Amino acid sequence: MASSSERSPPPFPESEDPEVLEAAVPDRDSDEDEADDPFLSASNTPLTRKDTPAAPASPDDSLVTSSQSEHRSASRSSEDFMDVLNISAKAALEDPADDFVDILRGGASAQRGEDDAPAEGGAADPPAAFTAPVMELRDGWSASSTQKPLVSEKIPDPLVELLGEASTVTDEATKPSGEVVDLFDDEGSNIFTGAVPAEPADIFTEEDDTMSDTRKHSVKNNGVHSAENTDIIAEATVELSLDSPRNERKKKPTPTPSLPAAASLTKPECSALEEVEEEEEDRCDISVSVTDPEKIGDGMTAYMAYKVSTETLLPMFRNKTFTVRRRFSDFLGLYEKLSDKHGPSGLIVPPPPEKSILGMTKVKVGKEDSSSADFQERRRGALERYLQRVVNHPLLLQDPDVREFLEKDELPRAVSTQALSGAGFLKMLNRATDAVSKMTIKMNESDVWFEEKLQEVESADQQFRKLHTMAESLVVHRKELSLNTAGFAKSAAMLGSAEDNTALSRALSQLAEVEDKIEQLHQDQAANDTFGFSELIADYIRLLGAVRGTFDQRMKAWQRWQDAQAMLQKKRETEAKLLWANKPDKLQLAKEEITEWEAKVTQYERDFERVSATVRKEVLRFQKEKTKNFKRQIMVYLESLLQSQQQMIKYWEAFLPEAKAIA
Amino acid sequence: MLVPGSGSALRSVSVDLNNDASLVIDIPDALCERDMVKFTVHTKTTLSSFQKPDFSVPRQHEDFIWLHDTLVETEEYAGLIIPPAPPKPDFESPREKMHKLGEGEASMTKEEYAKMKQELEAEYLAVFKKTVQVHEVFLQRLSSHPVLSKDRNFQIFLEYDQDLSVRRKNAKEMFGGFFKNMVKSADEVLISGIKEVDDFFEQEKTFLLDYFSKIKDSTAKAEKMTRSHKSRRGFLSKNANLGSVCELKNQKFEFLLEKLSDLFEKLRKVEGRVASDQELKLTELLRYYMRDIQAAKDLLYRRARALANYENSNKALDKARLKSRDIPQAEEHQQQCLQKFDRLSESAKKELTSFKGRRVMAFKKNLVEMAELEIKHAKVSLTAHPIKHTV
Repeated sequence: MASSSERSPPPFPESEDPEVLEAAVPDRDSDEDEADDPFLSASNTPLTRKDTPAAPASPDDSLVTSSQSEHRSASRSSEDFMDVLNISAKAALEDPADDFVDILRGGASAQRGEDDAPAEGGAADPPAAFTAPVMELRDGWSASSTQKPLVSEKIPDPLVELLGEASTVTDEATKPSGEVVDLFDDEGSNIFTGAVPAEPADIFTEEDDTMSDTRKHSVKNNGVHSAENTDIIAEATVELSLDSPRNERKKKPTPTPSLPAAASLTKPECSALEEVEEEEEDRCDISVSVTDPEKIGDGMTAYMAYKVSTETLLPMFRNKTFTVRRRFSDFLGLYEKLSDKHGPSGLIVPPPPEKSILGMTKVKVGKEDSSSADFQERRRGALERYLQRVVNHPLLLQDPDVREFLEKDELPRAVSTQALSGAGFLKMLNRATDAVSKMTIKMNESDVWFEEKLQEVESADQQFRKLHTMAESLVVHRKELSLNTAGFAKSAAMLGSAEDNTALSRALSQLAEVEDKIEQLHQDQAANDTFGFSELIADYIRLLGAVRGTFDQRMKAWQRWQDAQAMLQKKRETEAKLLWANKPDKLQLAKEEITEWEAKVTQYERDFERVSATVRKEVLRFQKEKTKNFKRQIMVYLESLLQSQQQMIKYWEAFLPEAKAIA
Repeated sequence: MLVPGSGSALRSVSVDLNNDASLVIDIPDALCERDMVKFTVHTKTTLSSFQKPDFSVPRQHEDFIWLHDTLVETEEYAGLIIPPAPPKPDFESPREKMHKLGEGEASMTKEEYAKMKQELEAEYLAVFKKTVQVHEVFLQRLSSHPVLSKDRNFQIFLEYDQDLSVRRKNAKEMFGGFFKNMVKSADEVLISGIKEVDDFFEQEKTFLLDYFSKIKDSTAKAEKMTRSHKSRRGFLSKNANLGSVCELKNQKFEFLLEKLSDLFEKLRKVEGRVASDQELKLTELLRYYMRDIQAAKDLLYRRARALANYENSNKALDKARLKSRDIPQAEEHQQQCLQKFDRLSESAKKELTSFKGRRVMAFKKNLVEMAELEIKHAKVSLTAHPIKHTV
């Protein structure tokens, strides 16, 4: 839908709960009490009414696995929310509470952002907000949507564009937008009966709307949420937990004044798209394979190139299948880009296999022995899994760099991945400072969840490492066994030839053959052990490292926030001193600084919350994926074990009559 | 440690014996005391040369060696394949492990310790059984041999109900034995130049030499194979342990890992059985026949020696005739040598033929058994897999 440049970093703020919470607390106290109750009942966390229906991030996320309870909670929350909506809408209109407005503004502008997004061509085209209802026309909602003349007036232009883009999108794609539409028809219309007339005009004003504007926005915004929720209930999908953070995300970016408007516009779009992706991802609509490792060049300048073939049904790609050639450093470069872009926001960026100087040197020198072939195969498999993980990540798939990597014929060479380059040195330096700061930061963890998870990840990491060493030693043993079996087979053959009893000699040579076959079996099994089991574990060790990385990112965000707070504290003290010293000229400056730092503190705090939320979501996703993936891989591995055992039975059964024939 | 009834099921794993009910020997149990192993040798007989029809005596490994040595040294038996002496009991490795286990007791969890201990005990028991078995086989081969079973020393060995307390070899004798071996091998080389008079023995000799080198090789390889099998088992055990230690977040995941570790545990057991069966059926067989062939080679050596003696006596006779001195003595000596050689040749021929038959039968039996066991184990490990359906 959007050009790739616009699509860039979707910061993924999952929940702004705490932030909104703060803002909302006075509001709840002062405002209508009735509104509060439903909220509280809907979600266990004391959130603002705006957030509640959109789903309390934590409880719902955890509910993902058990869809039943989720449905229940979803329906409950949305029902409750209906009430709230009605009430709050009215209340907001009648009673323009300042506190409330803040939140609303955020929501409203986010809403706006989302509306704009589909209408990407028309950039900030105001009517875009209502393209959604139009889309819904295609879903057969036309009757209800046209009921709103005010809305439909503004539809036409964006609609065309949107449909143009959307036509490539599958039916799935229309669903989310349909959800958005819903609200306008059903509850939306009820709620908005009063508010709507003024709304269209207001909605599209700039972000610094007046209070009255925002109030209306809020109403509308609320409508959006409820609609989505109802829709979910109707469809009984698992989307709720995924949707809700997204809604919040939409609201999120805009309240931070420092963010450029353009960025805030593109973000919601991404999230909307991603909604589509995630649904499709479950069906594995994209698969990437890395094949055909090839050495290019000679001597120390040689490098390995791989064929990267993509098969996809996703509309965002031009073709269904395409193939490009990539060298190893390109893979690393992709990772560097992705982790630079998404790492700080707390995404788990799947890591590629490490650069192996030893292995590569062997390849470069051109030794065609088994160990270098083994190395190549290992690396190829690791690269494939790495890419598959990247494209399976709904957000990373959206990244223009990923698409470029998969699609574009020529990539600019990734220079910074060279181990001995200046950039490499810088990276090392960065890493070192990171490590130092990691040690120095003493974070008093406020969230038990994170603490637990971190511990889990660390212990899992340890266990996996142990397991990996053992798997490796298994492989070594297996190889040794196969070698020894081969030796025995040979000597059994010799023995057979020396034996003068014909039948026995025959049996012995048969035994030699059997052992030969078994040796092959052991060898295959060793390969299976390596690729099916050991590599799998190695993958997870890397991934766990990435997970830990996200925890570190979160810690960094926290540290930034704390630093800003400390700074603010200092400034305040200076101000107090100045006040006492009675220096009005400097006082003004100090005050300005304070406001500046206050803003920073808020922003950092938000950043932190956002990162936390992202990390939380990512970790949950990681766990889910891990279990699934692990199970699949183990299955394959066991299958191979099974087969080799069956083969073994066959061999021995064939041998048995020979042995019995010895006279 | 008591090892009950190592007999019946495991009996004559490596040799096929004629079933002679007149003299049945088994080792129903054995007692392990520090470095020595005391075997209880039980004999059941209908032969009149024994005082009682049924008796048991305690014997040590050294007693077996003594018996073997006296048999080898007896001139009369020069034409026979003396069954190879049982190898010295080797409890070093399990004992060492046991020791390590004791040291590591503190660092292990209780159940880990219990499991390790159980495993070690099983290993120990297996070694023990094997030891008992090779001793038993030695006696059984003696008892089934028409000539050797009548040996006086053998009967004493079986019957004398006190401790035999054979004198252990002292250093001088050890050295002497070593020296004798040296002389023997040098002699072997020397007399190998002597022209063979009988084709049968010529063939036999080349065959045995060839076979010996091959079987030695095979034995080494088979040993290696079994050892790596065993170490693989060791690995799997660690792996299995780890799986259970790996406490993890996700319940489903935990379940999966648990199942996996279960599977590994099962596979490990199967693997262990495969390894020990392979060892028992294949490696032991090869090892035993390696020793047996050595014995057969010794027989051939003795025969060759006799032949050499005969030829020497011929020469001596010629010399004597030339000098016309001591002719009758030389003639007598030559006659003796010839007789001895003929006797040796005759019995050696018989022995070697029966040895061949025995060997083929034993190979057959063991190979069949091994193939069957391999199939069985593979099937067991297949059935271990159904857990995959549950994960």
